Amino acid sequence: MNQEPAESSIVVCPDGPLIVRGDFEIVTPSGDPVPRQRQTVALCRCGASAIKPYCDGTHKMIKFRTEPPAG
Amino acid sequence: MKFPEPRGPITSTLFRALACTPGSDEGSAAVDELRLLAARHLTASADIIGDDDVQLALFCLYELHYSGLEGINDEWEWEPGLIQVRRLIERPFEAALRAAAASASASAAESVTLPPAGELTSDAVADILFGLAASDTGPSVSRFVAKKATLDQVKEFLIHKSIYQLKEADPHTWAIPRLTGRPKAALVEIQADEYGGGRPERMHSALFARTMRGLGMEDRYGAYVDAVPAVSLAAVNMMSLFGLNRRLRGAITGHLAIYEMTSSQPNRLYGNGFRRHGFDADVTHYFDEHVEADAVHEQIAGRDLAGGLVEAEPGLLTDVLFGAAAAMAIDGRLSAHLLASWENGMTSLRAAVPAAA
Repeated sequence: MNQEPAESSIVVCPDGPLIVRGDFEIVTPSGDPVPRQRQTVALCRCGASAIKPYCDGTHKMIKFRTEPPAG
Repeated sequence: MKFPEPRGPITSTLFRALACTPGSDEGSAAVDELRLLAARHLTASADIIGDDDVQLALFCLYELHYSGLEGINDEWEWEPGLIQVRRLIERPFEAALRAAAASASASAAESVTLPPAGELTSDAVADILFGLAASDTGPSVSRFVAKKATLDQVKEFLIHKSIYQLKEADPHTWAIPRLTGRPKAALVEIQADEYGGGRPERMHSALFARTMRGLGMEDRYGAYVDAVPAVSLAAVNMMSLFGLNRRLRGAITGHLAIYEMTSSQPNRLYGNGFRRHGFDADVTHYFDEHVEADAVHEQIAGRDLAGGLVEAEPGLLTDVLFGAAAAMAIDGRLSAHLLASWENGMTSLRAAVPAAA
């Protein structure tokens, strides 16, 4: 593994989205750019966002959990 | 900003002082009079958050540090007599905010057991703040705007919001030099986005101005100050209080975190309300932008900003939670006022505003 910090990072937010920061592009399967308004983005992980691929906070309403239930 | 209309003896004396040259006999005499007047008034004021004269005076004193007041000598900004008056008002205002925050978070606190602050990770702090945001069961202005508000009511809604949104993000910017390391980087990242990422037309304050113009409203900063009640001014004064006092740096980060955490979904509903009235993306862009932006910001503000600050300075946890709960309490009070007015077919403003008609 390279010891230098990577150019980009993905923060896996507990019960929330993926925060992607750094140098990257978001493209459709055919390679076209997905409209993007900001440097750092939050990508939907719960599947319920109305503005996918971006997060709109809906995960809070549907009680999305990233950890399996205890027990 | 243009001078607003005075709302009582404190603001009329303050405005008389500001019309003078700082340090002049006349100016100093007016400031002395103001100090005595404010001290006397504050001991008698039962509800400082709802006190029009006090909140407008504080708003104007803070405004000296932002856009200034038209036609005055900018030396007034650091005139010791005015700073004294500001502190005279700030002390009981902060006490009132702490009391309001304590009752707002009392129900939420039952469901959250706080470990010792020194053991809190940034994830745990974010978790507590998200829990606090979710406990908000107050009246919903956003649902009312989405489904029921008339055109006049959505304009009133913009008027209340304009007091802050036309300088959106500025009060939190005061905190940047008071932070270091991770929380500082987090705040700068959020603020860069708030300020348009280098594109002035994308600044959130500029997007809000565009929305106002789309409804034929005045978009000059402070144009509607005369129209809003004390509580609308108190909401902005609270941010300036937290931002301009280094000792309250915990509170300003908690304020920003909860503001972002309670914003994405309401903004979707606000946008729906304007679409219901036939407005297109030119008007709703401000709200649509906030649905996406605040979903990013709430993560950074909760974990890296507030959480990172508490990891570095565990003693600030209490103030982080105070800032968050105070924001919710004042927002709840303003929401209750808007809904009570509208459901009774009355205006939520102090007087009819011709420009909004």
